[in-house]
Amino acid sequence: MSTTLSMTSRRMSTMEHAAVAVGALLVGVLLSAVLSGVAVGWVGVWTAVTYPIAVYASSRILEDRRQATDRLVRVVVTLAFIVVVLPLASLVWTVIVEGAARFDTTFLSGNMRLTLDDIASQRTGGEVGGAFHAMIGTLIVTAVSTVIAIPLGLFTAIYLVEYGRGRLAKAITSMVDVMTGIPSIVAGLFAYALFVLILGPGTRTGLAGGVALSVLMTPVVIRSAEEMLRLVPNELREASLALGVPRWKTISKVVLPTAIAGILTGATLAIARVIGETAPLLVTVGLAQETNLNPFDGRMTTLPVYTYYQYVQPGIPTEAGQNRAWAAALMLVIIVAVLFTLGRVLAKVLQPKGLR
Amino acid sequence: MTLTETRTQARDSAAGRTGRVGDRVFAGLSKGAGILILVTLAGVALFLLREGLPGINVDPAEMDGSDTFIQYVGPLVFGTVFAALIALILAAPIAIAVALFISHYAPRRLASTLGYLIDLLAAIPSVVFGIWGIRVLAPLLAENVYPWMSENASFIPFFSGTSSTSGRTMLTAGVVLAVMILPIITAISREVFLQTPRLHEEASLALGATKWEMIRQAVLPYGRSGIISGAMLGLGRALGETMAVAIIMSPSDGYFWSVITNQNSNTIASNIALKFPESSGLEVNRLIATGLVLFVITFLVNSLARRVAAAGFSGAEG
Repeated sequence: MSTTLSMTSRRMSTMEHAAVAVGALLVGVLLSAVLSGVAVGWVGVWTAVTYPIAVYASSRILEDRRQATDRLVRVVVTLAFIVVVLPLASLVWTVIVEGAARFDTTFLSGNMRLTLDDIASQRTGGEVGGAFHAMIGTLIVTAVSTVIAIPLGLFTAIYLVEYGRGRLAKAITSMVDVMTGIPSIVAGLFAYALFVLILGPGTRTGLAGGVALSVLMTPVVIRSAEEMLRLVPNELREASLALGVPRWKTISKVVLPTAIAGILTGATLAIARVIGETAPLLVTVGLAQETNLNPFDGRMTTLPVYTYYQYVQPGIPTEAGQNRAWAAALMLVIIVAVLFTLGRVLAKVLQPKGLR
Repeated sequence: MTLTETRTQARDSAAGRTGRVGDRVFAGLSKGAGILILVTLAGVALFLLREGLPGINVDPAEMDGSDTFIQYVGPLVFGTVFAALIALILAAPIAIAVALFISHYAPRRLASTLGYLIDLLAAIPSVVFGIWGIRVLAPLLAENVYPWMSENASFIPFFSGTSSTSGRTMLTAGVVLAVMILPIITAISREVFLQTPRLHEEASLALGATKWEMIRQAVLPYGRSGIISGAMLGLGRALGETMAVAIIMSPSDGYFWSVITNQNSNTIASNIALKFPESSGLEVNRLIATGLVLFVITFLVNSLARRVAAAGFSGAEG
């Protein structure tokens, strides 16, 4: 005599699920035909409406209310994820398609000092003008900010983890939080206001841009480095100190090498975060037509600012400038994606075995 | 005392001395770095005040347009808060759903890749979001959504007025901002959802709860403060976001409630980005003063977020 004890009521079979999905799709097609016109997008939109309803209704009838709610949530949550991936996919697709038009050698090697011939050629659809000067500018400004932010951030993290006790450490921790929340444009205004004091009003330099970006970058470096240093087991420190190694050598020879993977990852992600910043550079570095290698003097063009101006002030015909803007955007996205992936890979490759 | 002993002692004290000097230098350096952080932050406030004050106290007659500073900054504050709230309202529910999807619904092996995808969304430069918004999203909404809204929903003040044909509206900017802050809210919520004690979850499931009931009983209460602080941090980010708004929205002077017309209150950050490059003299001071106002607003929102986060997982203990 065997009876199966069932905690839940009947569950829907795979076939029934498939039927619900097909039914919802058909109603979606029908709705889009009646209300909006049959296109992939509209069918998708309407099916996204009909499918959750169909799932809930069928489960309500065949199972029970609790199962129905559970299934509905699963569908809604999955739909939410798809809704988020759509703009990302659309953005990447648009940037690649539009950016490919001018992603050529002229773009990669030229600048925006256009001759009269160039301008005439542009009017008839010629592909002139480039962003080499902007790439150099981005490189210099980012390098300046990295040179400031990484040592500053790393030493602050060391202080917070290895030395800091009491009120000063607490104050620094909460100020780092505040710094994380500074809007990028405010960081730009700060750097501008600072350099007004030094160089007089209205000046634009790569250095000011680097300072602005370092304000945004430092808290990111501190946070990640702090987290990584705290992961280093205390036994390592104690063992080293017990052998008579001075504290600073313990930190530089034992603690830092152990945490180096995480620190490098954090630094890479911090660079990725600031390399696309536009607003602070708009107010501190400005725009130039040609390569300027000197961060201490004169305006400089950076890729994000170049993208912005080529898009909103494209010249004649507008396609010429906007195509350059898209190519620069493609360049930026590639740089960010590479840095981002590099950060991940570094974390995987350099992670010491003992820390997992 | 033998010779070797003396040598050892000498070496020890030499090592001790360099050790002590090294220690002092190293400790000094790291303490100095920490103090420099405090100085920098004080500097941000001080320099903004120094350069901003002349713009606040200025005689309206000296500026083009005869607004006092309050009249000037009022619509900007309104626009800033309005755009950020639209972004938050659109982003928060979706972000929490996505966080749940990644932490509890997606297959384990996929979860980290999906998280990576969302993080990548956060890393895309805002200027790229801006030109994508004006090229792709604005026409899409202007053709398909705004006309419908102004025909059928114009009794709601937000959707009144003639709908924009270019799509350069407050709502378009709000949608793009929502996409930009979503990864922040998702990242923080996902983190706390994953920290839900396994025992809470298993206890709930063992009592026969469905997955959703388990999430409602165990995961959401535990993650409540994380969700709220994530949302507040997202709001803080939306308040300060510059380029996407500057590129997408067509700004006008004044207060506008409708989100689908060509007349929109500008945001502080976008106003600075649009006007700063061409400004000089007192105009610059006034823009810096508006930046100071933005700094104060984001500071308040962010500290509120942190206070909520610090209040901790009250749901778990209760």
